[in-house]
Amino acid sequence: MPERCAVVGVGQTKHASKRIDVSIAGLVREAALAALADAGLGWAEIDAVVIGKAPDMFEGVMMPELYLADALGAAGKPMLRVHTAGSVGGSTAIVAAHLVMAGVHRRVLTVAFEKQSDSDAMWALTVRTPFQLPVVAGAGGYFAPIVRSYIERSGAPADVGIQVAVKDRLNALRNPYAHLHLGDISAEKVAESPMLWDPIRYLECCPSSDGACAMVLAAEDALGSPDAPPAWIHATAMRSEPTMFAGRDEVNPLAGRECAADLYRQAGVTDPRRQIDVAEVYVPFSWFEPMWMENLGFAPWNEGWRMTASGATSMNGDLPVNPSGGVLSSNPIGASGMLRFAEAAMQVRGQAGEHQVDGVRTALGHAYGGGSQFFSMWLVSGQKPER
Amino acid sequence: MREVAVVAFAQAPSVRREDRRNEVEMLMPVVREALDACGLTKSDIGFFVSGSSDYLAGASFAFVHALDAVGAWPPIQESHVEMDGAWALYEAWVRLQHGDVDTALVYAFGKSSPGPLRELLALQLDPYVLAPLWPDAVSLAALQARTLLDAGRLTEADLAEVVRRSRRAALANPNAQLRGEPEIEALLGEPYLVSPLRRHDCPPISDGAAAVVLAAGERARSLTRRPAWIAGIDHRIEAHAIGARELAASPSTRMAAGRAGVFSGPVDVAELHAPFSHQELILREALRLDDGTQVNPSGGALAANPMMVAGLIRIGEAARRVTDGGVRRAVAHATSGPCLQQNLVCVLEGRGSA
Repeated sequence: MPERCAVVGVGQTKHASKRIDVSIAGLVREAALAALADAGLGWAEIDAVVIGKAPDMFEGVMMPELYLADALGAAGKPMLRVHTAGSVGGSTAIVAAHLVMAGVHRRVLTVAFEKQSDSDAMWALTVRTPFQLPVVAGAGGYFAPIVRSYIERSGAPADVGIQVAVKDRLNALRNPYAHLHLGDISAEKVAESPMLWDPIRYLECCPSSDGACAMVLAAEDALGSPDAPPAWIHATAMRSEPTMFAGRDEVNPLAGRECAADLYRQAGVTDPRRQIDVAEVYVPFSWFEPMWMENLGFAPWNEGWRMTASGATSMNGDLPVNPSGGVLSSNPIGASGMLRFAEAAMQVRGQAGEHQVDGVRTALGHAYGGGSQFFSMWLVSGQKPER
Repeated sequence: MREVAVVAFAQAPSVRREDRRNEVEMLMPVVREALDACGLTKSDIGFFVSGSSDYLAGASFAFVHALDAVGAWPPIQESHVEMDGAWALYEAWVRLQHGDVDTALVYAFGKSSPGPLRELLALQLDPYVLAPLWPDAVSLAALQARTLLDAGRLTEADLAEVVRRSRRAALANPNAQLRGEPEIEALLGEPYLVSPLRRHDCPPISDGAAAVVLAAGERARSLTRRPAWIAGIDHRIEAHAIGARELAASPSTRMAAGRAGVFSGPVDVAELHAPFSHQELILREALRLDDGTQVNPSGGALAANPMMVAGLIRIGEAARRVTDGGVRRAVAHATSGPCLQQNLVCVLEGRGSA
């Protein structure tokens, strides 16, 4: 039986298109120091470090954890480096949590980052290797046909994506760490922005960000400062499936559905729409909100767009989605998944500041990656899990 | 902790250049062989985890394609580390502690041949103050060897002796890349590559792949006659800055060894991931190995060094010697980073009669 594990410290950087004021080491250290301060702990009280990021070519440093060992106080400790594509921020937090749940360590620092301004992600995604499918147009070009397929089969009105783009940017205005603070965002502005990959417009895309996120995870007997309320981890789940094969449902991937089902089973959730109070979901392009609502079991098939259109996912709705502003407002790729997990923890700890949702007991953190094929999720709550 | 054992191991022969097969094609027969060896199929595996590096493949998300080697359909519980497969095995060992899954498949792959490996590894260094100087991997290792020679801790003949033993041991290893019976004098007559290292003091450039099946408790006993039980496993990293480190020793190996329980009993066999000849001597000292321990019966990394795989192969080779019945207690070691920056130590034990 795994040991109980809680998030006792959360930290993140100010996300921006170019953090030229810090090195990569300075960036991750900014988040790590914030998480330690939040937990009321020092470097010496950390047993191990688990770090994650998206492809190394996004900065041009091979296995950067080797170089970052010093900045993260890891010398003399175990250090693991996770890489599971876009889901990596979530997977990294899960690997770190498992070290505590397995009883291997009492306190683990987990960090995820991307410093996209050090390189060129579009280039890094476009390198041709023999016998492999080139993703020439970056992520947007890859996902646009999947979004079109969703619109076709669900019959969703054309403006649902625009609604998500506006909602998440309005939420971001309440989040001081968010990269985009678009005070004048409106449906008209989004609709008028250039169409990049039909039906994805410029303002329906995530930005390209520098940023980092860190969390301190602790065992029940090592929570640390009483001022740091624990966000108890009730369930973790990861699933993967191949990128492509005939008949694969890329709109509503089975790996995501099975991952959510596993998560809910572990936590005893039978009606996720009622039992989960807030969700931080990986939405890099606006239309992925309604798509993931269905994949996560919050809405019936082909009806996720109705949730968005009805306002159910807004700050005042019955299931606020991405009160932080989400990936659409900050996208340090490797950290984007961990930010979802961390924001979920902040919500149940009551520490989300101006974007705090009232009365949150249970929150979902979600990340996905690759060609909608890698999923990682966790459920956190202010209540200690029963054994 | 829950008892976990290595129940199967398979590897592709390490070769200088695998031109005909991509990474998936290299992995597929290896995964098949490992599963067949313990009578499992993909659907019996509870957790999958792999180790590889995008920079070797020269492409982002290189590990994604490797999923095809295990056939991730229906969807699987899966993870990946951008590290040697030995650390993937560590993640699997942690995952098996939870109790909800009993089996894990660990795999690793790496083709070093397509790129300029020596220069490529300079990209592992601090990107602001060190990497721009392009100190290549052999030159950094040579600095480390030089500190040992200058301290009088070893001679160039000692290095040649490590190479001689590696080449001889590899004669019995069909998966090794370099083997033979060189004379010490002949080795010392070779020119320096980067003083004080000669070409034979450095690892070959290798393409390779390997897979290990782990199982917990009763499941392990049911899958193989003599499981190689993981009695202890730990890994530690050191500071990165070369100038801040004690290069002539491996404090992280010593620490990991202590935590893994290496010093609590005799070590029959040790498989050490020492890519450079002088590093075997550093590791022997860190692990307090004496003449009672047979070191690198496979030939070690001097005989075959597929990046991201060679550490996992050390665990597999050590486990194989336990599983085959001849060895009671073995130690496997894996390393990563310049000059042994990061090290993993695993103690494997056979129980009962061989």
